[in-house]
Amino acid sequence: MAAKYELSDDSVVVVIGSGAGGGTLSNELAQKGAKVVVLEAGGRREIEDFVNDEWASFVNISWLDKRTTSGTWRVAKDFSGLPAWIVKSVGGSTVHWAGASLRFQEHEFKVKSAYGDIAGANLLDWPISLQEMEPYYERAEDKMGVTGTHGIPRLPGNNNFRVLAAGAKKLGYKEFHTGNMAINSQPRDGRGSCQQIGFCFQGCRSGAKWSTLYTEIPKGEATGKLEVRPNSQVLQIQHDDSGKVTGVLYADKDGKQQVQKARVVAVAGNSIESPRLLLNSASAKFPDGLANSSGQVGKNYMRHMTGSVYAIFDKPVHMYRGTTMAGIIRDESVHNPGRGFVGGYEMETLSLGLPFMAAFLDPGAWGRDFSSAMEGYANMAGMWLVGEDMPQEKNGVTLHATEKDQYGLPVPNVHFDDHANDVAMREHAYKQGSAVYDAVGARSTFRTPPYPSTHNLGTNRMAENARDGVVNKHGQTHDIKNLFISDGSQFTTGASENPTLTIVALAIRQAEYITDQMSKNAI
Amino acid sequence: MSKSMMGRRAFLATTSAAGAIVIIAGGNLVIGGNGAWAMSTKALTGDEAAMLVRMARATYPHAMLDDAIYGKVIHGLDEKAATDPALLQSLQEGAATLKAKKFDTLDEAGQVGVLKEIESSKPFQTVRGECITGIYNNPDVWKVLGYEGSSAELGGYINRGFSDIDWLQDA
Repeated sequence: MAAKYELSDDSVVVVIGSGAGGGTLSNELAQKGAKVVVLEAGGRREIEDFVNDEWASFVNISWLDKRTTSGTWRVAKDFSGLPAWIVKSVGGSTVHWAGASLRFQEHEFKVKSAYGDIAGANLLDWPISLQEMEPYYERAEDKMGVTGTHGIPRLPGNNNFRVLAAGAKKLGYKEFHTGNMAINSQPRDGRGSCQQIGFCFQGCRSGAKWSTLYTEIPKGEATGKLEVRPNSQVLQIQHDDSGKVTGVLYADKDGKQQVQKARVVAVAGNSIESPRLLLNSASAKFPDGLANSSGQVGKNYMRHMTGSVYAIFDKPVHMYRGTTMAGIIRDESVHNPGRGFVGGYEMETLSLGLPFMAAFLDPGAWGRDFSSAMEGYANMAGMWLVGEDMPQEKNGVTLHATEKDQYGLPVPNVHFDDHANDVAMREHAYKQGSAVYDAVGARSTFRTPPYPSTHNLGTNRMAENARDGVVNKHGQTHDIKNLFISDGSQFTTGASENPTLTIVALAIRQAEYITDQMSKNAI
Repeated sequence: MSKSMMGRRAFLATTSAAGAIVIIAGGNLVIGGNGAWAMSTKALTGDEAAMLVRMARATYPHAMLDDAIYGKVIHGLDEKAATDPALLQSLQEGAATLKAKKFDTLDEAGQVGVLKEIESSKPFQTVRGECITGIYNNPDVWKVLGYEGSSAELGGYINRGFSDIDWLQDA
């Protein structure tokens, strides 16, 4: 039975957002007996509301509120109002994520030490190590049912994987398999196994893929301690004269403004909305925004070095059949500066349906080259390249000077320029990705530019010292003890791995810290 | 009706092989595909719509797709233009430009040349953008290009070929 709390109840923990970070944190806190109110900007859509239709799903679940872009990234030209492809719905972006669940590597927590000074990069070591994270990775993998861990078998390979694997083998790569996926390969935790539906990005119709929507959130609600309020957009975090946060102002489902009092506030609105909320909460006491004494709120935005390679073969592949991202080559996910860049990248299977392939293969392209490529769709295989990008102070989220949202608040502008290291890595990745397909007889290969960002990271980064970042090793803001950041915006650097597993592991760890600090009356 | 049929015969008689598609237009009617499909327009004239259908096909040329697919894209734009004067004006300008360049008489290379000249123009970009969803999000096109669409209601592909590739060695 879900809880119901009064607006005036100042003993609750308010969690803003219900995705990988917020959804996990909420359940973990509720399991420990804390009172939790989740304010989720999106509506509550359940599995039966998902559709195997790319555009219809996009319109149903995406975060489409007004945003602007700037910088030299191609997204700013092709999708100027859509810097990120993320979800506005209960469950957040765990509704559309692909399920890839990889641990960061040891050196990726310590990149300033490992890579040294890189011109133009605002590198910093995380204040935590892989060793400290390992127990939480264990718990996250168990919670999410990650294949290839805890004795859970890997998923069977689909056609797209088999092409990738055959090419990897020919090229001499050693570590390739169907990945570590938070998608049930056998029934587990009350959910069935993957039916190879495809459409992982449109919400899993079988529930085999882990999403907070139908795991963490209902489990938290079952404790009687958790209340989820959908369609509740937080507008401002409020504080008292001492600088402690006291609650949040939000617009409820009817557009009416409400104030929910709080003992603790945890922000998990993804790396664009989270810093935007801190900046929009500026006050006389905090004129530069909340928790921003370092000046790092909204800075160091990372989106991973990405790109895709699609290849057309002489015979059918039907890449869209089955699990979208269950396939990976890991050999390039190492730090080997001999390749001409620092950090590494993963090569992961990816497919788009015909409608999205038309939109993303080469945005803006027309003519016979493009239509010929589309005519090769059935014979196409595809991979996504995802690697560590450099944090740069100039990349980030700022409040737009004139554009306002439906509540009259400044919209976020997302600025991004590739770092030279990102460009060099992408070039290498395109080359290797094409070589994988050429090795098994590709007739032609295509270098597809980055999509609107799905991995949004770093805009409230974690730092040992308050002057270098926004939060400490527990995601607690350096400036305000009862204000936490619980999403990927707390990442100090991005690593080469998909971020969700690390977000979940950090949320499990943070829940322990918050309940400990509350029990000691430290917050 | 008989006037329209006469017009059609007259057009068919005079159209050259250079045109990839055969469309006759008059008033608010467009008939294409050698009479296999027809559309009536609300805002554009039949001539304007026919010109834009040709442009749509030249922009995303697929020999295996019927004119009706491209016609549907322009039909959708025409519907919007009926309540959007700025869009209507833009589409009319686009059609007028094509007419001035005798787009319907050009071969493929000639048509591509014209489109390259106007590719940054608003009318071209409007039609091009509409084609991306209008063509490639059309289930009739999916069948032709080998995309199977929704699968959950069919039980996914677990028993329907998710791993049926048979031409790979070493896989």
